[in-house]
Amino acid sequence: MKLAARERLDKLVKLVFRTTGLLVIMILGGILVMLLWNTFAFFLHVKPVDFVTGTQWNPVGHKARYGMLPLLVSTALVTLGAMAIAIPLGIGTAAFISEYAGKKLRNILKPLIEMLAAVPSVAIGFLGIVIVGPGIASITNQANGLNALNGAILLAIMALPTIITVTEDALQALPQTYREASYGVGASRWQTVRKVVIPAAAPGIIAAVMLGAGRAIGETMTVLMATGNASAFPKGFFHSVRTITATIAIEMGEVPYQTTHYYALFAIAAVLFLITLLVNLAGEYFVNRYRKYQVA
Amino acid sequence: MMKKLSPVIEWFTLLFCTGTVLSFLVVILYDLVVKGWSTLSWRFITALPTQGMTRGGILPAITGTITLTLVTALVAVPLGIGCAVYLNEYAPDNWMTRLIRGSIRNLSGVPSIIYGLFGLALFVQGMGMGTSMIAAGLTLGLLSLPYIISTTEEALRRIPASTREAALGIGATQFESIRDVVLPSALPGILTGVVLTLSRAAGETAPILFTGVAFYITGSSGFLNQEFMALPYHLYMLSTQHQSIEEVRPLAYGTALVLIIVVFLLNLTAFYIRYKHSNND
Repeated sequence: MKLAARERLDKLVKLVFRTTGLLVIMILGGILVMLLWNTFAFFLHVKPVDFVTGTQWNPVGHKARYGMLPLLVSTALVTLGAMAIAIPLGIGTAAFISEYAGKKLRNILKPLIEMLAAVPSVAIGFLGIVIVGPGIASITNQANGLNALNGAILLAIMALPTIITVTEDALQALPQTYREASYGVGASRWQTVRKVVIPAAAPGIIAAVMLGAGRAIGETMTVLMATGNASAFPKGFFHSVRTITATIAIEMGEVPYQTTHYYALFAIAAVLFLITLLVNLAGEYFVNRYRKYQVA
Repeated sequence: MMKKLSPVIEWFTLLFCTGTVLSFLVVILYDLVVKGWSTLSWRFITALPTQGMTRGGILPAITGTITLTLVTALVAVPLGIGCAVYLNEYAPDNWMTRLIRGSIRNLSGVPSIIYGLFGLALFVQGMGMGTSMIAAGLTLGLLSLPYIISTTEEALRRIPASTREAALGIGATQFESIRDVVLPSALPGILTGVVLTLSRAAGETAPILFTGVAFYITGSSGFLNQEFMALPYHLYMLSTQHQSIEEVRPLAYGTALVLIIVVFLLNLTAFYIRYKHSNND
């Protein structure tokens, strides 16, 4: 090929690559526009105040109700429950892998954690139906164990690999001198981990928790299969709940195009988008904080 | 006495955490293998479902998932690699590049069900594709894009600048250097990322719920403009929506086992590529 032709090709290809970059912005922009547009259409039919403060979600009743509080509380309930289980287990496991396990054991444990992350959410939801559900039912003497607790346990399993991996990264990123200084003044390994390593890695651990929570909040299939999906206002961990994601999954398949109900599902999706965005941004902020320390 | 004992207790506490986490994985695998094994047979994976899903096999769901994953790859791999190449090789450090990077980070945190809504609004309704394999594949492609971009970029970043400079020094244009030198040396890293991302896409259910998946179709799935069956959705329907749930429980176990085998095989492939590559360094 002549030089001129090669250079023309070079310029053309650069343009193509650049277009793919712009496409990414367009996808995010498209998602935003879609959510905002439909939410706006929804607010033409239903007052925003009723949407935000309503305690009843019943779009197909005689008098349709679009209060999102029960969905929001359901999502908060299962997510907080999942975090209560996953945070201690995740930090403990990360500390074990990073501070106690030898190199050989670490090379076995890390791929196993990755395998747990690879299990599809629908398979974990199935586990909730066939194992966790009957387990809860037999302990609490309920008819079935499809409730918030079940969802929380499953979401903990989904969030754990993220929490463990990010926490372990943060612990590994700490300079070895921190540990040596601690041992130097006579601290034991446990004291070093508790009083030096974990506090020093705190921003990274908070980031891990945030990213894990972001994953749990947006998870659909596990909660759809395991929480029973009763649309009443959630009463507690041993009652059936219905999260934002599950509501979208259940109702979107049946609503007619461009009805109030259709728009309402986009409106709760916009709320979900906003929550996960804030949680992920918080996580990212803390990731950058521990990266900064690392360079210094 | 207490002083001697406490390190042991502490060690066991952490071991207990790790053990509990691993027990989740063990319980999932053990339960699926033990209860799904008896269902698994050559007939189960090669036969069509019969008698209202209570007998027969799951062939359409398997071919549906394979085709869907291929469509996803066709959408996400060229776009993802293209974007990663742009970011790592061309992009100047300006607000536009930061906007692209910010968008990618945001997209990877967007819940999968919202991708489903986006696919429904854009492909199914907006572009008039209807609920179909192509609409679902495009949706999953968009979902996979951010992961492919970040793993590819990481692979490109590991190629030393001297490699590029050597190619440019003997007169290659930038594109030729990327095509003939940079991409081939980053290939194992890129492949690992692509395979891992596809294994995730193969197990996704929420994004295809409204974009094309169906519980039952006649014949085998595989046409781009038609609805299709898929393993994860089949498992969901068999375990929650079927009218005789207890009767089809063995089939649900079999489906779950096949799904997890498919996903783990893809993961093992990725681990193998990464392992081979790390030995060459």
